[in-house]
Amino acid sequence: MKILLKLVSIVGLILTLLPSIGVFYEVISQEENKYFMLIGTLLWFGPKIIFKAK
Amino acid sequence: MLLEKLSAHLEEVKEYEREPVPASRWRGFKSFLGMYAGEHTAGTEFVIGPLFVAHGAGAMDLILGLLLGNFLAVLSWAFICAPIAVRERVTLYFLLEKICGKHLTNAYNLVNALMFCFLAGSMIAVSATAIGIPFNIPLAKLTDWLPSGLPWIIIVVLVGTVTTFVATLGYDKVEKFASIAAPWMILVFLASAIAVLPELGVKNLGDFFQVAQDKIWTGKPLAGQSKFTFWHILFFAWFCNMAMHIGMADLSILRYAKKWTAGFASAGGMYVGHYVAWLASGILYALFLQQSNENLEFAPGPVAYSAVGITGALCVIIAGWTTANPTIYRAGLALQAIMPKAKTWKITLIVGSITTLAACFPALVMQLLDFVALYGLVLMPMGAIIFIDYWLFPRIGLQSNLAAVKNLTYNVAALITWLGSLLACYLIAKTTGLEIFFLGLPGWFLAALIYIISSYAYQKKWSK
Repeated sequence: MKILLKLVSIVGLILTLLPSIGVFYEVISQEENKYFMLIGTLLWFGPKIIFKAK
Repeated sequence: MLLEKLSAHLEEVKEYEREPVPASRWRGFKSFLGMYAGEHTAGTEFVIGPLFVAHGAGAMDLILGLLLGNFLAVLSWAFICAPIAVRERVTLYFLLEKICGKHLTNAYNLVNALMFCFLAGSMIAVSATAIGIPFNIPLAKLTDWLPSGLPWIIIVVLVGTVTTFVATLGYDKVEKFASIAAPWMILVFLASAIAVLPELGVKNLGDFFQVAQDKIWTGKPLAGQSKFTFWHILFFAWFCNMAMHIGMADLSILRYAKKWTAGFASAGGMYVGHYVAWLASGILYALFLQQSNENLEFAPGPVAYSAVGITGALCVIIAGWTTANPTIYRAGLALQAIMPKAKTWKITLIVGSITTLAACFPALVMQLLDFVALYGLVLMPMGAIIFIDYWLFPRIGLQSNLAAVKNLTYNVAALITWLGSLLACYLIAKTTGLEIFFLGLPGWFLAALIYIISSYAYQKKWSK
């Protein structure tokens, strides 16, 4: 479980940064980037908060 | 009940406030690297980066000025603060008490607490700009000093109340949350800047420097703003944390380090927070200026929101809150050292009220560069006193730790040094027109000189 939560957190961080590089190279749009970053944020904080609460 | 439980928990935390940190609690280089990177990627970064743009910093001046200024700051931590920290392993306050006496240390605490209140106030204001987005409230302009209206005051009071309430409950929970948020915040800064580069005209990496010169750091200040040169940037980057390194406030942190080389870990904070984050927030602000036709409205929340949406606004709120909260708590602790019998939560409540009141005034955010420089300058002489007292006095036959040795409540030589060096800095600024950013360097040498001369005179009465 711990490993899974850590993995989700790492995916969250990747989703926070990587899409912006996609915007720079015109692979995705600004709007899509905003959604990806929000999902990344939730994935980063969600497991961390659950993990800390336990 | 909850308060009592939390207070009891805080009572149990052992911070070695009046004794050296034992070897079992020493920490390695890596833990300081992460701590500094987290601490220096904060709400202030959303203000300082844009203010460089507003002050017309040139692209090359900024890139080189920050590189060198941050390097000098790292050297100051490593060679001035850390060596004393790992030899003494006590807090700044305890060492100050031994050198300057209890009353003078209390005066230092009072000034420190006030400075903390204003710093926290500016961060509450930064968070409020993001919370105010859904309400579309009128925001302050770069040249404003007074609140923009009742809606702004209501939002600031709400943010201030919540922040103060959380601060009264203690520091550890917020610190844990801040440590979780730190890596994410750094990436949000970086991602926001990368994502908006195409809108500024950067189509490939080779375009960056040209666009930086033409559209971001153009070298032209906005209306009503002074012009920043390479030297302004270098000295600001070096001295914006002057209270921490040359002023020795980080003795309290670096006393946990295994070796003095942990001072170099400050590079984590300088080159992530005070380099990448400042450049990134400057890029975001340049885009805002371009899109708003050089509107002088200055609001980190809407700027970040327009760049990367809700994540950007959340980043501004969290960055502001995680800086304001521990700052209010620290201000409370500084005041509690003066009034040890008062309850921590009551003091925190008073501090939070002062902070919230200060946050209503946009001048605090708009003049943040000057305020940060003043904050460092006012506390810097105490660092010079500690440095000279520790390294020079034993070699020239003067008594170190005079207050502790002679059981003094205040060391007159230290008092003369503190007030005298600040007065000298004021006179230098008045007579030469030298800006506050440059006063730290002559001020340190003046403080050192005054302390040596006044100590010679003051210590004579014991040598007779």
